Amino acid sequence: MHPAPSVIVFTVLSGLGLGFLTYLGLGVIQPEGLNAFLIYGIAYGFAVGGLMASTFHLGNPQRALKAFTQWRTSWLSREAWFSVVTLLLMAPVALFAIFTGFHTATFGLPGAGLALATVFCTSMIYAQLKTVPRWNHWTTPALFLVFALAGGAILSGAASAAVVLCLVLGVLLVVSFVTGDGRFAARGSTMETATGLGRIGKVRLFEPPHTGTNYLMREMIHLVGRKHRARLRVISILFASLLPALVLAVLPVGVPTIVLALTLHLIGAFAARWLFFAEAEHVVGLYYGAR
Amino acid sequence: MTELPVSTKKKLGLVIDLDICVGCHACVTSCKGWNTENYGAPLSDMDAYGADPSGTFLNRVHSFEVQPETGPAQTIHFPKSCLHCEDAPCVTVCPTGASYKREEDGIVLVNESACIGCGLCAWACPYGARELDQAAGVMKKCTLCIDRIYNENLPEVDRVPACVRTCPAGARHFGDLGDPDSAVSQLVADRGGMDLMPELGTKPVNKYLPPRPKDRTPAKPLDPIADVQATGLAGWLDRLLEKF
Repeated sequence: MHPAPSVIVFTVLSGLGLGFLTYLGLGVIQPEGLNAFLIYGIAYGFAVGGLMASTFHLGNPQRALKAFTQWRTSWLSREAWFSVVTLLLMAPVALFAIFTGFHTATFGLPGAGLALATVFCTSMIYAQLKTVPRWNHWTTPALFLVFALAGGAILSGAASAAVVLCLVLGVLLVVSFVTGDGRFAARGSTMETATGLGRIGKVRLFEPPHTGTNYLMREMIHLVGRKHRARLRVISILFASLLPALVLAVLPVGVPTIVLALTLHLIGAFAARWLFFAEAEHVVGLYYGAR
Repeated sequence: MTELPVSTKKKLGLVIDLDICVGCHACVTSCKGWNTENYGAPLSDMDAYGADPSGTFLNRVHSFEVQPETGPAQTIHFPKSCLHCEDAPCVTVCPTGASYKREEDGIVLVNESACIGCGLCAWACPYGARELDQAAGVMKKCTLCIDRIYNENLPEVDRVPACVRTCPAGARHFGDLGDPDSAVSQLVADRGGMDLMPELGTKPVNKYLPPRPKDRTPAKPLDPIADVQATGLAGWLDRLLEKF
């Protein structure tokens, strides 16, 4: 799949912001006054900035409000609802913290749950697709949720939780890489099933439908990423999981430590999310003799 | 709502005969022509006269080579457009309700004025039947020529999809696949019509008729020429060299 920068930025940053809002809603940290203004500003900045980025890849973003209508069937529509309700519900939590220094669990607890639900909806947009076997698996929502929780824990300065979550994330990344590699073959789609010609013999593409490229090939057949797959996998595990865990375990907790751990984590998160798209193979490639 | 209808009154669709298709791409051209000039946003081309041309098509013809266990390989031309699946995954993923399946005839359509161009339906389709038009930013797909098949301003013979009307070989058939007595259903029953990628559970309405088995072993016209009997000096050398 084509790793569109807007979608990578959106999923990584909004996941991070919503993960941070989860900890704020739960009251893991309870900032007050100006401090609260800055901290909620960071959380909202990531969450809203990411959601804004998601509109950049739309063909007709002026109609984006229509995306709220199909919540009964569409995970994308559910994501739209959950994100807006989360941001609205967390607003009184932020305002109370800034102006009164009081943590309101009445809004905070449901807000925390909805923030995670939003991340889950985002992950299900990908996990629901049978056409992309690598994504069509429980590891996809698990990865998105643990990424949000680990990033949020780092931002919250909850060092011991962050260390544990980063390590869980590392294990999940390994599991998703290893199990994902065989999933396309396990799904059973081949050029023979795609054309129905397997009953005659072995199928290969003799001539593509056109000499140039097209939307489908640009969007769904992406070969560049797989060339550097092994190196990028190591980078994503090292940076998203091991290095931030090490930093938080060794250095005293403070703003410089958090910034360092977050920077490392984000480098890994961007590498992992880029790979998430670039490595994923869509079954339509079978019609083009490519995956 | 983008919920799929529980059942549709008709299952309009195409039957494509892979035994007959000669790969002339006339259906591709007529489809592009009709659907650029009629229903919905035109099918745009990008850089049409430049170095890297590409464009939106609702129907494309792939050509495959199939190698049986014995005997020579076969070339099979393979037109592919929307299969109007009964369990269309492209419909349920749509966040805006732009993508829908009609209850009355089973045709899967896009309401272009509601499409935000997110591209998720194209991801959900296993067959590559949906293409996001790069000029209009809306999703384009086969409409089964909805503006022809019910169009009473056209002569009756023209009230079929443009690709079916155009096919010079008669490889494309249009009809109600939900009616077991229709000509297309009979054809599917007689010829063992098949689904593409049945393992994905989309239940396509369109069917493909497999190429008929070869009824004779292929002629080997070059054999008599290849089996040259050498005479004279060459014949002597031939016999001599075989002794080593």
